[in-house]
Amino acid sequence: MMKSLTIDAAKCTGCLQCELACSFEHEGVFNPAKSRVKVFVLHDTGRYIPYTCTQCSDAWCASVCPVEAIESDRETGVKRVIDSRCVGCKVCTIACPFGTINYNAASGKVVKCDLCGGEPACADACPTGAITFVDAEWTGYGRMKAWAGRTDTAAQAQG
Amino acid sequence: MQHVIIGAGPAGVTAAEHLRRLDPAAGVSMVAGEAGLPYARMAIPYLLSGRIGEAGTMIRRDPGHYEELGIRVLCGRARKVDAAGHTVILDDGRKLRYDRLLVATGSSPSAPAVEGLDRPGVHTCWTLEDARRIVAAAQTGSRVVLMGVGFVSCIIMQGLVARGSGLTVIAGSSGRMVRSMMDETAGGMIRRWCEARGVRVLSGDRAVAVEDGPAVRMESGETLPCELVVVATGVKPNVEFLDGTGVTVEQGILVDARMRSTVPGIYAAGDCAQGPDFGSRSRSVHAIQPAAVEQGRVAAFNMAGRDLAYRGGIPMNVLDTLGLIATSIGRWQGAGDGTWVEDGDAYRYMRLEFEDDRVIGAINVGRTDHIGVIRGLIEGRVPLGVWKDRLRADPNRVAEAYVAATR
Repeated sequence: MMKSLTIDAAKCTGCLQCELACSFEHEGVFNPAKSRVKVFVLHDTGRYIPYTCTQCSDAWCASVCPVEAIESDRETGVKRVIDSRCVGCKVCTIACPFGTINYNAASGKVVKCDLCGGEPACADACPTGAITFVDAEWTGYGRMKAWAGRTDTAAQAQG
Repeated sequence: MQHVIIGAGPAGVTAAEHLRRLDPAAGVSMVAGEAGLPYARMAIPYLLSGRIGEAGTMIRRDPGHYEELGIRVLCGRARKVDAAGHTVILDDGRKLRYDRLLVATGSSPSAPAVEGLDRPGVHTCWTLEDARRIVAAAQTGSRVVLMGVGFVSCIIMQGLVARGSGLTVIAGSSGRMVRSMMDETAGGMIRRWCEARGVRVLSGDRAVAVEDGPAVRMESGETLPCELVVVATGVKPNVEFLDGTGVTVEQGILVDARMRSTVPGIYAAGDCAQGPDFGSRSRSVHAIQPAAVEQGRVAAFNMAGRDLAYRGGIPMNVLDTLGLIATSIGRWQGAGDGTWVEDGDAYRYMRLEFEDDRVIGAINVGRTDHIGVIRGLIEGRVPLGVWKDRLRADPNRVAEAYVAATR
């Protein structure tokens, strides 16, 4: 089942629970600096924007990797760094135009959101629903309904 | 339809895979200049530092990958191309007929004007074979002299130092490090960082000859006895075999946005190609991994009869010099409207260059978070609005600016 992280920045209160949860899930410590989701705090407008990899279909990170260390999961669409292959060359960190894959000097490898293997800790931790993990089938059904509505109208117009 | 690709680096491999997918009935042959499976030169510094073995340098992990896809991999080097006869002639006399030819031959080290580079103990650092020789020669306590202070020199220092070698680097008359990618401030930081880690950086002097020993004789008269000399003073594109074809070569093989050379049926991609720049009519050799992969993809689409235009390349590099990470991207030299902040003691530096309402280039030292947004800002031509003044006051807010301007 395809699911994707959906971010509704208007609901974000800047509590940073997502950053702590991400850091704990992946690194075993509560350290926002090690989080793969980052809440940008825009003081001038009072906005909070949670920000992480969208698992985009371009996957610049995967296509530029010289040693095939970033794999795209055919079922879930997740782009995952395979630590045992990553040499730490960092070329993905400048090639990703979203800046959502970063070098971790402690491990000598790059890190990015991997949707926690299907249960994103950030979405679980978010108390306001600003980060949700949405069933892509549901959005697909929504699209189908909209399409069915259009074809119905077309059929009626012809009839 | 016969597609022939000369070269098995990232551009060649990417093109071969796309051609197979786009044109299932066609023959796809890839000529590799070195024995063994295609490997990534980008991984060599990590082989030198002992972090990975040779298996870790392979472009594709599965040894059966090419065979499974029906990509024929031949080992050989192109000696000549008969453009009228649509034939590539390899150095062993084999002939390959093509309907579409992709030249993805990359580049090779260019030798500096120094005598005695053919002596034992002198190596370039470009191929897997070079790396094997350097690993064998750089033993604990051995003294290494590194000629050149470009990207390759800086990125292999970790490997040379990790092997316990005393390291002397010859920086040339100016002493500027990585001058094609870094400005004076960033280059100066990299130099101080190296010196603080025990690397001797020589400037205002140049190597004249390598003598027996080996030992490097400098113009000043100083002699540097050592066990190993590594030459990394730049590269030149591999294009000699195209002489007589009519293919126009300037700094590289001149190609248009569809990776077509000036001769019909012949395409080029990667380090040997001089392709369109982003946002300009000029064409440059972008000898970087992202451009190689993208150009390989674009070439394959057009060779397979699909129309796909390259949107133009921008320079982008990330350099790790003994653990100091520096990036440069776009037109960092600027167009007269730039800003920077610098903390020399902390080895931190951020320079941003603007044109009108947009970012056109940047240099950074010491930062690794969200650095990719700079590419996003440049290639997305993101209008900065109120963020331009904020960035002028503090260019380190670049990720915040990107998120605010695009979300």
